[in-house]
Amino acid sequence: MRVMAQMGMVMNLDKCIGCHTCSVTCKQAWTNRAGTEYVWFNNVETRPGQGYPRRYEDQETWKGGWTLTRRGSLKLKAGGRVQKLLGIFASPVQPQLADYYEPWTYDYQTLIEAPLGDDFPVARPKSLITGENTKITWSANWDDNLGGASEMGHLDPIVAKLNASVRRESEEKVRFELEKTFMFYLPRICEHCLNPSCMASCPSGAIYKREEDGIVLVDQDRCRGWRQCITGCPYKKIYFNHKSGKAEKCTFCYPRVEVGLPTVCSETCVGRLRYLGLFLYDADRVTAAAATPQEGDLYEAQLDLLLDPEDPEVVAAARRDGIPDDWMDAARRSPVYALAKTYRVALPLHPEYRTMPMVWYVPPLSPIVDVLSSQGHDAEDRTVLFGAIDALRIPVDYLAELFTAGRSDIITGVLQKLAAMRAYMRDVSLGRDGDPAIPEAVGMSEESLYEMYRLMAIAKYADRY
Amino acid sequence: MTAARPTPALDGPASAALLRAGRFFTRWEESDDGRAVYRSGGRAGDVFYRDRWSHDKVVRSTHGVNCTGSCSWKVYVKDGIITWETQQTDYPSVGPDRPEYEPRGCPRGAAFSWYTYSPTRVRYPYVRGVLLEMYREARTRLGDPVAAWHEITTDPDKRRRYQSARGKGGLVRASWGEAVEIAAAAHVHTIKEYGPDRVAGFSPIPAMSMVSHCVGTRFIQLIGGVMTSFYDWYADLPVASPQVFGDQTDVPESGDWWDATYLMMWGSNVPVTRTPDAHWMAEVRYRGTKVVTVSPDYADNTKFADEWMPAQAGTDAALAMAMGHVLLKEFFVDREVDFFTDYVRTYSDLPFLVRLDPPDKAYAAASGDAGSAALVAGKFLTAADLADSGAVVPDEDAWKTVLLDRATGEPVVPNGSMGFRYADSGKGRWNLDLEGVRPALTMAGDGAEGATVENVEVLLPAFVEPDGTGSVLRRGVPARRVGGHLVTTVYDLMLAQYGVSRQGLPGSWPNGYDDVTAPYTPAWQAEITGVPAEQCIRVAREFATNSEQSQGRSMIIMGAGICQWFHGDATYRAILSLLVLTGCMGRNGGGWAHYVGQEKCRPITGWISLANALDWGRPPRTMTGTSYWYMHTDQWRNDGYSADSLNSPLARGHLAGKHTADTIAQSARMGWMPFYPQFGANPLQVAEDAQAAVDAGTAASPAAYVAGALHDGSLTSAIEDVDAPENWPRTLVLWRSNLMGSSAKGNEYFLRNLLGTHHNVMGSENPNAPRPSEVKWHDEAPEGKLDLLLSADFRMTSTTLLSDIVLPAATWYEKHDLSSTDMHPFVHAFTPAIDPPWEAKSDFELFHLLAEKLSELARTHLGVRKDLVSVPLMHDTPGETAQPGGRAVDWRATGQPGTPGRTMPVFQVVERDYTAISEKLATVGPLADSLGFTVKNVTYRVEEEVARLAATNGVMLGGAGDGRPAIDTDEKMAEAILTFSGTTNGRLAVQGFRTLEERVGKKLADLAEGSEEKHVTFADTQSAPVAVITSPEWSGSETGGRRYAPFTVNIERLKPFHTLTGRMHFYLDHDWMQDLGEALPIYRPPLDMHRLFGEPKLGPDGSKQVTVRYLTPHSKWSIHSEYQDNLLMLSLSRGGPTVWMSPQDAGSIDVLDNDWVECLNTNGVLVGRAIVSPRMPEGVVYVHHAQERTIDVPKSEATGRRGGIHNSVTRLLVKPTHLIGGYAQLSYTFNYLGPTGNQRDMVSTVRKRAQEVTY
Repeated sequence: MRVMAQMGMVMNLDKCIGCHTCSVTCKQAWTNRAGTEYVWFNNVETRPGQGYPRRYEDQETWKGGWTLTRRGSLKLKAGGRVQKLLGIFASPVQPQLADYYEPWTYDYQTLIEAPLGDDFPVARPKSLITGENTKITWSANWDDNLGGASEMGHLDPIVAKLNASVRRESEEKVRFELEKTFMFYLPRICEHCLNPSCMASCPSGAIYKREEDGIVLVDQDRCRGWRQCITGCPYKKIYFNHKSGKAEKCTFCYPRVEVGLPTVCSETCVGRLRYLGLFLYDADRVTAAAATPQEGDLYEAQLDLLLDPEDPEVVAAARRDGIPDDWMDAARRSPVYALAKTYRVALPLHPEYRTMPMVWYVPPLSPIVDVLSSQGHDAEDRTVLFGAIDALRIPVDYLAELFTAGRSDIITGVLQKLAAMRAYMRDVSLGRDGDPAIPEAVGMSEESLYEMYRLMAIAKYADRY
Repeated sequence: MTAARPTPALDGPASAALLRAGRFFTRWEESDDGRAVYRSGGRAGDVFYRDRWSHDKVVRSTHGVNCTGSCSWKVYVKDGIITWETQQTDYPSVGPDRPEYEPRGCPRGAAFSWYTYSPTRVRYPYVRGVLLEMYREARTRLGDPVAAWHEITTDPDKRRRYQSARGKGGLVRASWGEAVEIAAAAHVHTIKEYGPDRVAGFSPIPAMSMVSHCVGTRFIQLIGGVMTSFYDWYADLPVASPQVFGDQTDVPESGDWWDATYLMMWGSNVPVTRTPDAHWMAEVRYRGTKVVTVSPDYADNTKFADEWMPAQAGTDAALAMAMGHVLLKEFFVDREVDFFTDYVRTYSDLPFLVRLDPPDKAYAAASGDAGSAALVAGKFLTAADLADSGAVVPDEDAWKTVLLDRATGEPVVPNGSMGFRYADSGKGRWNLDLEGVRPALTMAGDGAEGATVENVEVLLPAFVEPDGTGSVLRRGVPARRVGGHLVTTVYDLMLAQYGVSRQGLPGSWPNGYDDVTAPYTPAWQAEITGVPAEQCIRVAREFATNSEQSQGRSMIIMGAGICQWFHGDATYRAILSLLVLTGCMGRNGGGWAHYVGQEKCRPITGWISLANALDWGRPPRTMTGTSYWYMHTDQWRNDGYSADSLNSPLARGHLAGKHTADTIAQSARMGWMPFYPQFGANPLQVAEDAQAAVDAGTAASPAAYVAGALHDGSLTSAIEDVDAPENWPRTLVLWRSNLMGSSAKGNEYFLRNLLGTHHNVMGSENPNAPRPSEVKWHDEAPEGKLDLLLSADFRMTSTTLLSDIVLPAATWYEKHDLSSTDMHPFVHAFTPAIDPPWEAKSDFELFHLLAEKLSELARTHLGVRKDLVSVPLMHDTPGETAQPGGRAVDWRATGQPGTPGRTMPVFQVVERDYTAISEKLATVGPLADSLGFTVKNVTYRVEEEVARLAATNGVMLGGAGDGRPAIDTDEKMAEAILTFSGTTNGRLAVQGFRTLEERVGKKLADLAEGSEEKHVTFADTQSAPVAVITSPEWSGSETGGRRYAPFTVNIERLKPFHTLTGRMHFYLDHDWMQDLGEALPIYRPPLDMHRLFGEPKLGPDGSKQVTVRYLTPHSKWSIHSEYQDNLLMLSLSRGGPTVWMSPQDAGSIDVLDNDWVECLNTNGVLVGRAIVSPRMPEGVVYVHHAQERTIDVPKSEATGRRGGIHNSVTRLLVKPTHLIGGYAQLSYTFNYLGPTGNQRDMVSTVRKRAQEVTY
């Protein structure tokens, strides 16, 4: 066992309002400069949707993350590292500007300076790349709120996969019709993976994981702009600064984190859905966990890596490995550990990429589909509410493709815990005794359900970070 | 799980070996398998971002107008440059078991600092070149700014030249001195030549930057100008609020959503429009609160709902009426829930008696009902009706409503009605204490044995046809004779209205919930709204059951999606009924939560008194924006219908044959609503004439002179010839506002008629449309009424483009100010992060410069003058008891002069020393001490406060303000606002409550006691947001750290609502309400624009165009027009104007996502790109509010000119019932009651256009 500390984040998608404040505060603080116009360390995607850059999840095209060799070893999907080393001068597989968008500005000056003419002056769009007049055809968030989804929704790689797998009449495809509409938001930053494929892709060794907190950084001095990392990252969270010629990525706001401030995206999240905290993990077992044969087992394998900071053996090993006591405290108070490991309601994004991502997500509940149902899926009746998980608009299979490599049973389990929390707390809010059968039904105690409620609902500043 | 397998490796052994060799020369720490690189210490590579993060200081500020957020922000500054902003998180805690207010803010606010140095920043004063040239020439030649302005504006050629150049570029830099001189000259000229009521100002939403709003308004009021309203003008005012509660609006803070155990969001898209508050809604679900949304589209908030009720746009009242039907049947008739019935007996007008009268003769004759015994609901029975004939009845008895004692069957006049509010006899009795009486809710079987109950048939209006025409329902009520009058209760009328049958009553009734043909059953509504009947029934039941279980903790968040319709007030009343019936109003966690732009200015007394300059002179001139612009932009000339078309079949003819313009003229004449300009003459001249008449002994008072002159025709109302040049508004000052790019409904008419420049009006006046009889028709409509349009802004907008003078304003990060909201209970500060760059100045400085110059020019041109000010009968003053019975009696029709203050407006003379405007602007005047400041009929004595302010702020020396407290800086004015308000000055709160106690006769002062010593200073608000003190300025209580919910003081302390009965009203008996068929809650369909305006019928017409409902909800990417030009917001959206469409509508005209389309109708055209999305319902487009013509708007195919703003396709439609005044809660106060500038009933034709666009 080699104990290492890792800063992690949990985002409760059930609370995300899709406002993009995180994107803006992040961009203002970090990337509103020449060369990074199109760079959004933090972005928010409407799902179903193509994401940013477009269809980044389609690893058959983009070759991000890891895969297993026939012998069960991990291998970069873009090819073995020797292959990459030998091919660094060739253009790697990576999204082009069109897959992001061509950043633009407007001829604002004309509003003030236009000479007297015959009509209102207007600020036309101008490309920030060419400086020429341009027509806007894509943006950093083009398909926000299902914009264009009737024409483009099928391009969501998950929708494509789900619909391709529909074989029988009885199974339903994801349809883009008003009556069937569902959506939710997926805010994304760098995953600060335990097994980062960007780092493994870098021929210069410029990408490193900070020993003390696991934050993955690009050394701006060492980076040679090979852009292999962009290919390597399956989340496409490394960007190429076209002015400096270096790769840049989310830094987990280390200058803030180091002085005890939350990341900008977390502190400014008005949905109050982001949690920051420390994980302890066993660095010796990362490779093995990442090489778990069945994709469906990867979530459990990743969870397995997380060490219990209360466990005396872990405490001893941590002391041996140089983790300071106050860090151990932080690990014990860690809300991300509580949500991911203790309550098991937070899930990793695309565990099948085998990078062991350290940004976790609580999946969203959604409205019921069938408004005609006369028996009602009332929060007051927990049995009905539990039954209703299948009747929610967001298909469980869709969430499973995002968070559990297809294991819908895990998703259902998490959603049932959320539903149980609501059912249990309804009695409490109305001044009645809580029903112990409710937590029991989802394998929790009354105390733990209540603690989870406080962490997710009340979520004081000091409890979130 | 890895134990069974060999230790996995990376790649293969060969490559591993090669890599190991390759790394021989490099030194880094890596994992044993070479997978990971770790490094620590001395991280040279980290320096770049560490530098980037470093900054010199962080300053507290916020964003200053038009957003309810009132979020406190940290503004970061590095090397004297604003870099970015993040939210403050230091709000006072709301308690250990609740989520907190931190952080507050949204992406728009987070993008604000972009403006500071953006290329759209207004850096210098600008004047239109053609105007400036002419001015300089005339100024040099004539030597006098006012003379120069006179010449330019009265020479038709010169006038035309600069007016027609408006909006078309050609702005040139000027100095501050020159720009201010022109503006001052224009004002002096207007006052002198036409009158101060031809001067106008507009700046909305004071709460978000009180000082900025206050200083400009104060300037306008000191010179006698007119401030036009915003809340009603924006159609954010729910007219149902004054109608039902007698209050403008009062709503829970968002933290109180947490107390709800059933939460509906009805037409309110909380994540978009209340972004920093939405978390409470998400979080309260975890307490087991069920969340239901009602919206036509799959809105952002639907994501959080347990159920979505997809009611078709504009049909919400049908759903609400059907829910009310279920609720009344199951919780009142089939089973009586004491919690509900006790509540409505005490707090609503349901037990009050209403007289039953024969229907209008004309109706009876036409309908063949002449011989029938059917009756209609009439007026409330009052104590005056019970008096013996011949007895002397005190005036106030006509304002005391009556109910029946359930125990004795005798009529009782309970405390608390309007008759107790002002009369001496009502002292200590204006309260809701029933003093042991249990009111009878119904005339049937409830009350003394042996009373004779007559079951009578009543006729009730209904509007069930999609084209809006009325019909009549025949239903029955039990009735009794009281004091010789046949009466029933409001409750009995409600059951009849909702179609909830009881045994033995005549009339026709629904056969059950599934009766499709009978209004207002669940099945009936399903046909209209598309919401399944089962869902309607289920949600109604859950809603009421939850309220019963939780004692009123069912809440409905209501929004613009239902408020901003022509009949939005009717919709709101139908929904409010659900809340009042279930005992939810005045509860924490229950009741209405109306969030449409009202933004509570918590320190209201200080702000409103200083803004209206009440310390120097009273009354101010305030004007309902909608009727002002409807008349002055000549939209009235393009109205396609008369008020008749809105009438109930049972109407008694009060509105017969009236054009909307007539109703506005009549309303002004009767003292209901204001109208400015007042007279066809300069009010300075009228004041002189009046004084002369008084001196000559021909008039008893100036007011009597005016009444006589209006009667004999020697003086006319300006509105009666509103298009005559002497009655045009002449100057308009806009600050903190973007009228022409945002709120101006009928934007193209503003351009044409008010400004005299190019426009996109597509239609022409319909020669067949009815013309007003009271407003003179000029064959040619005037174009270019306004002499001067002045705007101050920090960015270029549609308004600045059109302005004659543009002044560079400081941004919100460059000045001192105050912010508060209804969404949270804190007051916090703006603090300058940097000085205003370039030549920018704060609004505060601007108005002081303007006042100085004006005072200087006034020495030659104006001097000290008297001004005759006309104001309507005001709510919360004795004026609201001027017209008993709500009878629309027009003095002109009587052949006699009107009585000022009774049947016509109040006329008052105000002295104006135009040479001392700047001195008065900078000091607190003497009326503060001598009269105090009055808000909602509670007077705050502020002598102590004036003394304290003199000590804190210092005094001014010399001139009109000699020795008076100084408010000559923005910080000092902020201090004064806080000092003069009960919410921020505990001494005043306690004094106000004690004063109120005398009238109410119930304990109230304890709500603020203990806070006497608490005085929130400006410095306090700069260090952190500060919680306010419970004060009689508002209706709820924060005492003991509870969350603010409205009307809790009324419910818990039995303080009456400010209504006729003192209770919440289901029934409104005013003549005009009855004629429009809206005496009771009702469904009215959206206006049929085909019937009224000849627009195409809805749907595709086979050609490449489709006619749809044109809705303008608020955007995710802007706050009104602000931020819609912000590059960050544009990069996160579609980068310009958009039209959200359903795939069906888009498909019918071959439009693909991102294709250019044009939306047009007779009012104008909008050009934008389509967003085709399955979340949109067929038949509706969303053109998000306040998309301006400044960003990526090409020329329109339809007109060849620049496409318009979202409001180019809308127009003003005035609902006559919003003009009612002089009658209890239906009385005017600024932004309290007035016609709404509603815009949701619009339809538009959408066309695909050529995809190659030109600019």
